[in-house]
Amino acid sequence: MRALWGLAGIIAALVCSMAIAVAIEEGGRRSGFDFMTPETQALQADDMSNPGMLWVLQGEQLWQQAEGRAGVTCSGCHGDASQTMRGVATRYPAFDEATERPIDLAGRINSCRTRQQQAEPLAPESNALLALTTYVAHQSRGMPITPATDARLAPFRDNGRRLFQSRIGQLELSCASCHDGNWGKRLGGSVIPQAHPTGYPLYRLEWQTVGSLQRRLRNCMIGVRAEPFAFGAAELVDLELHLTERARGMLVETPAVRP
Amino acid sequence: MARALINVPKTVKRGEIVEVRAMIAHPMETGYRVGPNGSNIPRDIIRRFACTYGGEEVFWADLHPAVSANPFFAFTLVASTSGTIKFTWTDDVGKTQTASAEITVS
Amino acid sequence: MHEGPLRVHGRLVGRRQLLRAGMTGLLVTSLPRWAIARPSLDEAIRAFTRGADVLDGRVRLDLPPLVENGNAVGITVAAESPMTAGDHVRRIAVFNEKNPEANVAVFHLGPRSGRAAVSTRIRLASSQVVVAVAEMSDGSFWSSRASAIVTLAACIEDLS
Repeated sequence: MRALWGLAGIIAALVCSMAIAVAIEEGGRRSGFDFMTPETQALQADDMSNPGMLWVLQGEQLWQQAEGRAGVTCSGCHGDASQTMRGVATRYPAFDEATERPIDLAGRINSCRTRQQQAEPLAPESNALLALTTYVAHQSRGMPITPATDARLAPFRDNGRRLFQSRIGQLELSCASCHDGNWGKRLGGSVIPQAHPTGYPLYRLEWQTVGSLQRRLRNCMIGVRAEPFAFGAAELVDLELHLTERARGMLVETPAVRP
Repeated sequence: MARALINVPKTVKRGEIVEVRAMIAHPMETGYRVGPNGSNIPRDIIRRFACTYGGEEVFWADLHPAVSANPFFAFTLVASTSGTIKFTWTDDVGKTQTASAEITVS
Repeated sequence: MHEGPLRVHGRLVGRRQLLRAGMTGLLVTSLPRWAIARPSLDEAIRAFTRGADVLDGRVRLDLPPLVENGNAVGITVAAESPMTAGDHVRRIAVFNEKNPEANVAVFHLGPRSGRAAVSTRIRLASSQVVVAVAEMSDGSFWSSRASAIVTLAACIEDLS
């Protein structure tokens, strides 16, 4: 009898492993950059052609601009971003002591604004917030993604993995269905990439502007006909946490260009 | 201040042909897109881009909605004298943005 | 069946005529604005050259044959010309076949340009032909055409 249960267990495990897309092996991981045409790659590779650099430029200006009732600049506390912000983006999302939750880079910038500068938070996907986030993340370009090892992040990261593997929407697809199970194949004319968040915020030709990883995640949710989580939702940050762990060691490209 | 990236070589030899590049942050809204409420998003484009060298207009372009968002241009100039190379972008309502760079010709 | 005339705005109009007029009206109003207004590629080129002959050659248009996203397609137009005071390219114009408007851009050059070469990024609404026309200082026009296949994004995001 025990042997029979064991057999049933093996069959169940086999069925499950077929249903759940197999994760990409570490050596087989590829940035979305690798899936683009040479023309789009060239657009990203040259800073004078890369439109994302316009947001880096704006972020550099905003870094020096006094804001809020406190009237302080980012540089007033953090100094020269090219020194102090180097490598910072590789560790985000990080654990936020105040909310006892993970917080992403844009969330941290807004938290700094409200607490330190005593200014209104910047709207999600506003040019100013994207510019500051892009500018800070750009300081880590070429550095490996090294997610924070804080044990308090573990349950949130687990939730992110669960969300990544959950089928949602009228098309009943999970993130994993496409990006673990079918990357490299085509969806219409577009190649399905592995979904590594190496270049965010990035300039997407489809958007004709720079956008955040949260915008991209919401875009995919709309694509599978699901109700997307709101900007800033805890679930989106948990997903970001899982994605950065999944891309551990890959190099930051911000600002990337994608079709 | 314009959100623009311009690229002009700093020092060149007289008579040399140099490439200059200019890109500005602008949505180049075509006027053909529909917003979430079903109404047309009004047109808002850079209509004219011009480059002056030592005060003389040496290159200019008339633009239409088919020019991409955050318009980018690369073209060449003959390095004649040291001076200012200035770029001007003019939108649909006549508002202008400028950026400039110095070039030294030896 | 009664086939008598109907009185519309004081004019006598046959029933069939009225039906035909109504259908045409419906067709016209259901088309997007630009589908009616847009001149053809050739008409747009003729307007630029004011009817002058356009010759093949002396111009090269580089356009990627396969485009991932039509919102930003890099193009380069180069014309063979010594670019001297007496012999140079005056203007380079770029036209498209299927966008809502046929004109893309007109570049004004001269002897101070050194070379007749311009690069930019353009929008292509769908797979189509793009034409570049150069006007020389002697008044002649030269052109080059190329076509691109434009793939559309798989997942469209709503604007809200």
